[in-house]
Amino acid sequence: MRMKKYALAAAALGLVYFSSCRTEDTILPPTVTPVDTPSVPTSIIGFYLLNEGNMGSNKASLDYYDYTSGLYKQNIYAEANPTAVKELGDVGNDIRVYGSKVYAVINVSNRLEIMDVATAKRVKTVEILNCRYVTFANGKAYISSYAGPVELDPNAPIGKVIELDTATLNITREVIVGYQPEEMAIVGNNLYVANSGGYRFPNYDSTVSVVDLASFKEIKKINVAINLHRLKADNRGNLYVSSRGDYYTKPSRLFKIDTKTNTVVKQIDFSVSNLAIAGDTAYLYGTEFNYNTGKTTIAFNMLDLKTDQLLNKNFITDGTDKGVKMPYGIAINPITKEIFLTDAKDYVSPGTLYCFGADGVKKWSVTTGDIPAHFAFVYGVK
Amino acid sequence: MQFIEHLRSLEKALLFVCLLVVIPTMQIFAQQVDTATTKQLKGVSILGARADRYISPPQSLQGATLQRLNTYSVADALRFFSGIQIKDYGGIGGLKTVNVRSMGTNHVGVFYDGIQLGNAQNGQVDLGRFSLDYMDIVSLYNGQKSNILQTAKDYSSASSIYLYTKKPSFEGKEKVHVAGTFRTGSFGLLNPSLIYQHKINDQVSASLSAEYTYADGEYKFRYKKKEGYDTTAIRKNGDITARRVEGGFNGMMKGGEWSAKFYYYDSDRGLPGFVVAGVFGHVDRQMDRNFFVQSTFKKDITKKYSLLLSGKYASDYVRYIAPDTALLRVDNKYYEKQSYFSIAQKYSILPNWDVALSTDYQYNSMESTMRDFAYPTRNTVLIAASTAAYWNRFKIQANALTTIVDETVKIKTASPPKREVTPAVFLQYQPTHYKDFYLRAFYKRIFRMPTFNDLYYTEIGNSYLKPEYATQYNVGLTYNKKYEKGIINEVGFEADAYYNEVTDKIVAMPTVSQFRWSMMNLGFVKIHGVDMKGYTELQVAKSLTVSARAVYTFQLAQDFSDPKDTYYKDQILYIPKHSGSLILQASYKQWDFNYSYIYTGERYNAKANIRANYVQPWYTSDISVSRKFRTGMLDWMASFQVNNIFNQYYDVVLNYPMPGTNVKATIRVGF
Repeated sequence: MRMKKYALAAAALGLVYFSSCRTEDTILPPTVTPVDTPSVPTSIIGFYLLNEGNMGSNKASLDYYDYTSGLYKQNIYAEANPTAVKELGDVGNDIRVYGSKVYAVINVSNRLEIMDVATAKRVKTVEILNCRYVTFANGKAYISSYAGPVELDPNAPIGKVIELDTATLNITREVIVGYQPEEMAIVGNNLYVANSGGYRFPNYDSTVSVVDLASFKEIKKINVAINLHRLKADNRGNLYVSSRGDYYTKPSRLFKIDTKTNTVVKQIDFSVSNLAIAGDTAYLYGTEFNYNTGKTTIAFNMLDLKTDQLLNKNFITDGTDKGVKMPYGIAINPITKEIFLTDAKDYVSPGTLYCFGADGVKKWSVTTGDIPAHFAFVYGVK
Repeated sequence: MQFIEHLRSLEKALLFVCLLVVIPTMQIFAQQVDTATTKQLKGVSILGARADRYISPPQSLQGATLQRLNTYSVADALRFFSGIQIKDYGGIGGLKTVNVRSMGTNHVGVFYDGIQLGNAQNGQVDLGRFSLDYMDIVSLYNGQKSNILQTAKDYSSASSIYLYTKKPSFEGKEKVHVAGTFRTGSFGLLNPSLIYQHKINDQVSASLSAEYTYADGEYKFRYKKKEGYDTTAIRKNGDITARRVEGGFNGMMKGGEWSAKFYYYDSDRGLPGFVVAGVFGHVDRQMDRNFFVQSTFKKDITKKYSLLLSGKYASDYVRYIAPDTALLRVDNKYYEKQSYFSIAQKYSILPNWDVALSTDYQYNSMESTMRDFAYPTRNTVLIAASTAAYWNRFKIQANALTTIVDETVKIKTASPPKREVTPAVFLQYQPTHYKDFYLRAFYKRIFRMPTFNDLYYTEIGNSYLKPEYATQYNVGLTYNKKYEKGIINEVGFEADAYYNEVTDKIVAMPTVSQFRWSMMNLGFVKIHGVDMKGYTELQVAKSLTVSARAVYTFQLAQDFSDPKDTYYKDQILYIPKHSGSLILQASYKQWDFNYSYIYTGERYNAKANIRANYVQPWYTSDISVSRKFRTGMLDWMASFQVNNIFNQYYDVVLNYPMPGTNVKATIRVGF
């Protein structure tokens, strides 16, 4: 009997000891890294970087770079919003600043997260199933969503675009577009939506939907190429839309649409994973995977938008690109022409953000969250 | 900060070691469970084959110890072994796979009544679906079962789990045993089961076991941050309905034994999925149907020559449905078939020197309704040549395994043929004339084949994959002593130190986008580990027996894949440096008490060992009490169990919350 008591006492002791090891989970504070010398900023005072986080990990996170202090703050959302259940959420797919607010599209969490641009504090969340991208015009936000009505094709419901009033932050209208709509751009009175049809492979969608903003009706489908993704407007009324291809025989390509005629006017023979437009130049990169060699090849390029000629030169000029495993997000500071490029690496580890001068020479780099991807520049009075 | 955490973990390790050292001085010591229960197996008849000799002892839980643990499944029982980590997605229907010594689930072979359970599709056996109701012994062998009259498959994994169902045994004039069990409790559990055993004659007996499991799978979980959010919700879509029927015949003959059995299982379950912001529920479902028939025949044909024949046919079906209209709709069916035959022969050249040759042939095929499915078939031939010998106090077992794999596919490219030869050597040395203490060592090099999913899964598979190799070096000691008189029935202590390497590890790597991954031979992991276990059984009084079993595991499992990675040399995900368990059991007259404790130390949920990926330790305490009684002819047993008594909320796998306190009641009646 005494032995048993000892045994129980030993067990209890062990238990008490181990039980004392477990501390309460805490909200992680931001990691602040000085990356550049403090400077007097241009009208762009900083930018947000949205890290996607791998699906199911709930590791979408928000970073902020402040030009004035030269400080990079990684993971600012959780501390700014300690009561937000399970933080920012799962797969941050897009971010934009409009007015005094910043809008983040959190794909798997099915929500549009609306925050104060100065503090990143939550103003409101709006539930939008399988939401993808956001764009703005005339006081309205437009959010693309895969989750349209199911009547048409139960195997892959047609997509839609939702209109949200940025004053009331309420949904006002919605319009059915193509299958699995991705990026959007607004030129004049029209909203252009790149439809991928990614859920319907091999029967991909291949159209850009043209939506009249006044009636909020789809007025035309422009046939482009299969599996469309990126869609950027230049300042001449042209759109550049990328096709992902089918990953097998049809390669990824870039197409130019003239919005005066709403027709495809040019194909650019370069595999485009992502692009950013600044002035008359598009900065492109493409990744291709060879199943036989197991190697991913990465190519960088630039496109002259006046002539639509590929410049066949890398916008990174100091060789830094050789250390980039998986280029993912790209943005150009429209004023300084600084180039921001992210490396998502293996998608399940912290990434890297590189800042290059307009000359393509690296200025600084910093560790980000998982899958650094989407940028939103902040203007003015922060 | 990290330094402090490191210190803290060292401190913890020390304490655990102290517990193990202090306990023996208090004469509450440790077990090598298999020997503890040999007492119960003494009544083996003169019929049957010669007993097997093992150089490397297994970790086992069996008989009464296993029943008193009263866990839901085999996976839950395996948590009490050293060197093991269970990946548990939570709930009764949740996937539970084991990882032994950090080499990965695919390196673990699982054997059911002597023949390997196959899963050519993903190489993983869900141990959550094997109930303990019909189970007699659960054993884990590191390296391999170092017997030599065994199938070539027994040599073919880095470590193996053996599940043995209850064999009928009859005393005196007994002809029939019937036992019915009913369990209920948390998660809406309704779990009746029946065992029927029939003695046909002195040589042959038949048995049948049937079980039905229903659970709504609902439980409360909580996510809380200090000075932040605190949310409690109910886990949904974790329901399960499962049926199991199995049975067969066991026969004895002069110098031999045979068995023939069938097994059928089907289930329909919800997949509760991950919990992330905004998504607290999923609608995905999975249906399974598993069927197999198998037979073994083992006989000492002459004094020197023994034969073991084994055969199996298995047919498996899985359907996975993701009907969420807002997401990619999936409805895939997978059909897998396996035929298997093995001849193993042993010849004794000298009384202390045996040689053996095992030849296995296996055919696997897989079909699916998936688009662009490859329809792979695989022909595997395994040839193991082995020898065992002993001189004085020294024992050796050594083998070479040749593996020949050829595959065909209907579309795309088949994986190139594979020819691999892999060795293993096991040594045992008894340094003194005391038989209680001996030293052992083993070396083993083995590989796991890429699975059909690795090779051919539409858009992800890579048919150019090479096998993934695991190399193990192990040294260990065993001390075990039994006493006829006095308060101590038995004490035992075992310790092993090991170094493992996993090379050409098959990992998923992204290709052109987040939605395009491919499998590649890119990983390289080095594992340094220590396993310790101790056991004692005490006869405190005539009617009071107390036993204790403690286990500790240390593992440094580092990622050496690429020096350029920021996480180079970091601990691989989900592997704690420190883990351990404790089982205390007491039997007093008709009463049985069980206390079990599991500790899993801090770990990381991703490759980078950074704070954002840090996962808190978790530890649970379970208690149960049961009582036996008799009314007329009937034997009754009633038990009540409370699991996770301190209601700790934790995740084993990120965003898959585990249940807090839960209860279970069991009643069994039989004759």
